[in-house]
Amino acid sequence: MHDERLPGLRRRGFLTATGAASLGTLALTGCGGSGSEGPDAKGDGTPKRGGRLRAAFAGGGASETLDPHLANLFADAARAKALYDKLADYGADLSAQPRLAEKWEANKTLDRWQVTLRKATFHDGEPVTAADVLYSYRRIADPQQAFRAKASLEPIDLDASRATGQRSIEFVLKRPTAEFPNVLAAFGAYIVPENASDFDKKPIGSGPFRFVAFTPGRSAVFRRYDDYWEGAPHLDELEFVVANEESARVNALLGGQVEYAHELDPTTARAHEGKGQVEIVRLRNSAMQAFCMKTDRAPFDDKRVREAFFLIADRKELIDGALSGAGVIGNDLFGRGYEYYADGLPQRAQDLDRARSLLKQAGAENLKVTLDTSAVAAGFTEAASIFRDQAKKAGITIDVKMGSKDSYWADILDNGTLCCYRSGAMPIEAHIAQRLLTGSTTNATKWQHKDFDALYEQAQSTRDKTERAAVYERMQRRLYAEGGFLIWGFADWIIGTAGTVKGVEAKAPANTLDWARFDKVWLT
Amino acid sequence: MSGLRSFLARRLLLGALQTVAVVLLVFALTEALPGDAAVALAGDQPDPARIAAIRETMHLDRPTHERLADWATGLLHGDLGTSLTSGRPVGQYIADGFGPTLLLATLTVALLVPIGFGLGVLAARHEGRLADRLISSATLAVYAVPEFALGVLLVTVLALQLGWLPPTAVGYGTDLLGHPAALVLPVLVLLSRPVCSLSRLVRAGMIDALASPYVAQARRYGISGTRIRYAHALPNALAPAAQQLARTIDWLLCGVIVVEALYVIPGLGTVLLNAVAERDVPVVQGLAVVFGVLTVVLNLGADLVAHGLAPRAGAAA
Repeated sequence: MHDERLPGLRRRGFLTATGAASLGTLALTGCGGSGSEGPDAKGDGTPKRGGRLRAAFAGGGASETLDPHLANLFADAARAKALYDKLADYGADLSAQPRLAEKWEANKTLDRWQVTLRKATFHDGEPVTAADVLYSYRRIADPQQAFRAKASLEPIDLDASRATGQRSIEFVLKRPTAEFPNVLAAFGAYIVPENASDFDKKPIGSGPFRFVAFTPGRSAVFRRYDDYWEGAPHLDELEFVVANEESARVNALLGGQVEYAHELDPTTARAHEGKGQVEIVRLRNSAMQAFCMKTDRAPFDDKRVREAFFLIADRKELIDGALSGAGVIGNDLFGRGYEYYADGLPQRAQDLDRARSLLKQAGAENLKVTLDTSAVAAGFTEAASIFRDQAKKAGITIDVKMGSKDSYWADILDNGTLCCYRSGAMPIEAHIAQRLLTGSTTNATKWQHKDFDALYEQAQSTRDKTERAAVYERMQRRLYAEGGFLIWGFADWIIGTAGTVKGVEAKAPANTLDWARFDKVWLT
Repeated sequence: MSGLRSFLARRLLLGALQTVAVVLLVFALTEALPGDAAVALAGDQPDPARIAAIRETMHLDRPTHERLADWATGLLHGDLGTSLTSGRPVGQYIADGFGPTLLLATLTVALLVPIGFGLGVLAARHEGRLADRLISSATLAVYAVPEFALGVLLVTVLALQLGWLPPTAVGYGTDLLGHPAALVLPVLVLLSRPVCSLSRLVRAGMIDALASPYVAQARRYGISGTRIRYAHALPNALAPAAQQLARTIDWLLCGVIVVEALYVIPGLGTVLLNAVAERDVPVVQGLAVVFGVLTVVLNLGADLVAHGLAPRAGAAA
């Protein structure tokens, strides 16, 4: 997220995704589009060992911490991923990939899962055990605390779950959960050593890098962990530096002060792409861009009005205008390119005549709506004014209202009727669980339908994957026809690297496994 | 001297009241901002139950006046409180941010005083002639350029195109002095506008003073031009400049947000910006106290200097 209004004062970004509802998991990623087939296919050559890579991220100032369970920003997530591991993480299509967990297996009713850990050690040489996993999850779920991953772990009955061996755990769940591996991959669900509580002095994890030094809001220095279970990183050292201003990150990259700059503007990317000075890496399908209609109140409680709005949007114009072309158009469904995405539905395009006739049927001609927006994310205010002009052609008057960016997400959750919205990558299942069920905690479209809830439960109780995919498709068809999210695009996440940096995976949207994977990167 | 002492006492008392007023105002304004620390921390995941839980762990569920009273009690014991977001002491936030801020301010003022006064005197000496016109138009032009634009321009030309200087101080946070080259650009940007305003003020003061009856009288006594300029005219011209200088130092010490952001210097401005965005009220209040005290002390100092230089001016203060 960035603040588009004040070039001088751009602030760090929250992770655009997150886990909250019952089965949430989050992660930002996606991918789907183009990208390399891996380092070798890209012609990066043979990895070379050694060197120190400096990576610039927008950060959290003096309040930053290395407590992985408190991770909130991209910078936090990148640092946490260097020091720690999760049991699973998201692949490019947002399906859960085993990490510290070697394998998982469910019982017949999908409410008991046996997870086996791989042989891995913490930086102090101690093995990663079932006790560490249970300690970490119980710490996250502590009712006295408000850790971000708490909601994601909600399906687990941690009192009943137990270690069945040094490296095996039986997770007892509160209900059948076919997508339980998504929980293990949840954002912030890192494994720390049993009884660890102080993370700023000498944090110990099992990740690819070990701790050297940390100054909140300024820098964090890590060194290669030679005994990393997946093989030692190529780099000797990794330094995260904080630069909140996008222009500062770009300048530091151009001036050779850092080798990796996270989160660049599309205009910057265009200016430097193909010039040879720096490499621009676009992580496709990273951030869903939408307008969110509250389906429980006028005028959007009439599905004909919602459909009219779907038909008003000129998606290409929104991508070009609000995202400077750095993205692909959406089809009113979350998760293009992700596992279970219903890609067989026809692409929606602008159709003002049909929109006008739908509005007429609904008795909503000369409609006036307020569109809430804020400088909280890139392109929000631009998207709002572009959409206002598009709606005008269908006879709708949109009044754009600017809100505070520090409280925007809380403000739009229950208030207003129409707002700008975005989301980082997460499994489609998690998007539904967090936002589209009657009990969802961040249901900004107020999409509350018992039959839809039942379909979700059905999917979670279906063992066969093909059958499950069919249920997800049914849910998506309904959302496509009459949902509250007008999803007009998916923005690229843009990274700049020096020419000497190799092995940066492009097929890994922000916050998936291969995003910010500094253990796979090398310097030439 | 008793007149000066009671003047001092009055000013200090007034200053303390001003600081209290600033702190109360800042507290009220921060409270009036939409959202609180819990909402800010929850970000794009505004699950109401989670916000309530965060609020509880931060003790934000207690009444406003109780929180303010607690904080004020701590302040009386020299305790600035702890950050809502990280739980670390506010004193540490300020101490960490103050180093870079003080370094930048010291360097800037050390260059500002000779350059500003020198240019002002030079222009006044050559009033209406080429040197004056060059200095006056250049200072006016530079003054008109916004900091941010100048900063970007300098980075582009001096750092990226010519490669003479590092573009930012990224990663040097703890050891800025060890990388003096990284300080050149920020100091240049910080100097640009104050040099202009100060030199124009000195120039105007000097021209006024040089045209005054007492200078004419001194000339009639046959006192040398140099002595008249520096011993008689300059002190009188300095009085208004001293006030301007105090305001500049105050500005430099209270966080130069744009320059810090552009060059990645983790000073007090950055601390303030983050604290406001996080609604970290104790940190904002701690900074308000520090800024309030600094402003009062600097203005008092400037008044005393002005009083010493030109006693007539002191009477008005």
